[in-house]
Amino acid sequence: MLLIDRRPYLGGNVWYPEAGGAPVAEAIPNLRRLDRPNVRFVTGAEVLDHPRPSTLLIGSGEVASETRYGQLILATGARERFLPFPGSTLPNVMGVGALQLLAKSGFSVKGRSIVVAGSGPLLLAAAVYLREHGAEVRLVAEQAPRWRLWRLAVGLINDRERLRQALDLRRRLRGIPYRYGCWVGRAEGEGKVERVVLRKGRTEWTERCDLLACGFHLVPNTELAELLGCRIEAGFISVNEFQESSIPGTYAAGEPVGIGGLELARIEGEIAGLASTEQRERAQGLFAERRRLTRFRAALQRAFVLDPRLRDVVTPETLVCRCEDVRAEMLMSFGSGREARLQTRCGMGRCQGRVCGPATEFLWGWNPRGTRPPIVPATVGQLTVATRTENMPTITR
Amino acid sequence: MGPDRIRITIDGTPVNVPPGTSVAAATLSAGVTRFRDAVTGGPRGPLCGMGICFECLVTVNGRRGVRSCLLECAEGMEVQTHDRPS
Repeated sequence: MLLIDRRPYLGGNVWYPEAGGAPVAEAIPNLRRLDRPNVRFVTGAEVLDHPRPSTLLIGSGEVASETRYGQLILATGARERFLPFPGSTLPNVMGVGALQLLAKSGFSVKGRSIVVAGSGPLLLAAAVYLREHGAEVRLVAEQAPRWRLWRLAVGLINDRERLRQALDLRRRLRGIPYRYGCWVGRAEGEGKVERVVLRKGRTEWTERCDLLACGFHLVPNTELAELLGCRIEAGFISVNEFQESSIPGTYAAGEPVGIGGLELARIEGEIAGLASTEQRERAQGLFAERRRLTRFRAALQRAFVLDPRLRDVVTPETLVCRCEDVRAEMLMSFGSGREARLQTRCGMGRCQGRVCGPATEFLWGWNPRGTRPPIVPATVGQLTVATRTENMPTITR
Repeated sequence: MGPDRIRITIDGTPVNVPPGTSVAAATLSAGVTRFRDAVTGGPRGPLCGMGICFECLVTVNGRRGVRSCLLECAEGMEVQTHDRPS
């Protein structure tokens, strides 16, 4: 078995270790289970291409390697949805999970004043983390209205553990304003963000800050699945009860099949692992638990639906495509993402539309899909000189 | 056990960071907010923190376009900001 991870360490974003610290306690038993002679890791690496059937081209640093596979499990996770607003490209405006990850990887937030905005359960978790690491969290602005979050909480009445977690997070945020139906109108500053103008209904006010953490829930990373030709439905990889995609032998687990959080991702991953190794009966034993967790996924999706008024903050000058610096006024006249791409290069830069794709989908209903190899920028050297994964630098702990 | 601190330079200025620090975190900690120059010249810094947005690009040991959020600091590393699109 070969495990390929984009990050230098295993554990994904949730279990990402603190710089210089021990692995996250919850991750340790899982890492231990992988400590076997038939498991190899390539960390700091990612799939660039699918040059032939049952073959992946994996890039790491300046080298690349082709690997053949029999069964493939896609656990490509999710990224934050970024929506444009005036000033959203200013340095120190970043994602909510992004700021937490940067803090975990050694950036001290101590004494910094931070506005947390956007949407989703991550806002609460990140705000608590930042506060407990010495940041002055000025405010948490959740775009969803209060009634939607109440409905989510009521739905958790039978899920006492999750309800307890949510209430615990709220308690640890005591004293910090938590505003519903509230979002960033614009960010301002010289060379970096210094102030944020917030909107709630017809009210607007300004908060001073050193950092603005702003992300609107999550979007799935489906680029590799698209490249492989897996069927995608409503933005997610479509899978059968064994987590198998429309391509036999290619499975998917976690956020790429639906934004459902860590526990669901783990169950789905386990089902995919068992099913791909001819242990379908054991996999079936996990179906009931998955069903229970899938209900929460549906509730999450309803709770954090984007308010259409978030579109109103975009002005003609607002940058929508950050790689190619394409402003909203250059895009508004186009009827489709494809047309806009050809005329303005929107979505053709290094991120390949991973940031502006979900934004233009929300703003104008454009289809964000259209993956081409290499699915992440590759060097000529990587595409011409092949090495072996055994020779790739890896770090694990 | 590895060393207590890793020494790197950021735009020629020596800094030392705990092992396990990412280049993006080290750069922000050094007070640098402008990582790369956008195609129309504006300043940009980290956005996604997980390797998908390509906003935190820097030059590391002469290699351009490196995602600083995905790279861990290593002894003697030379980091240059103001990475420009090629």
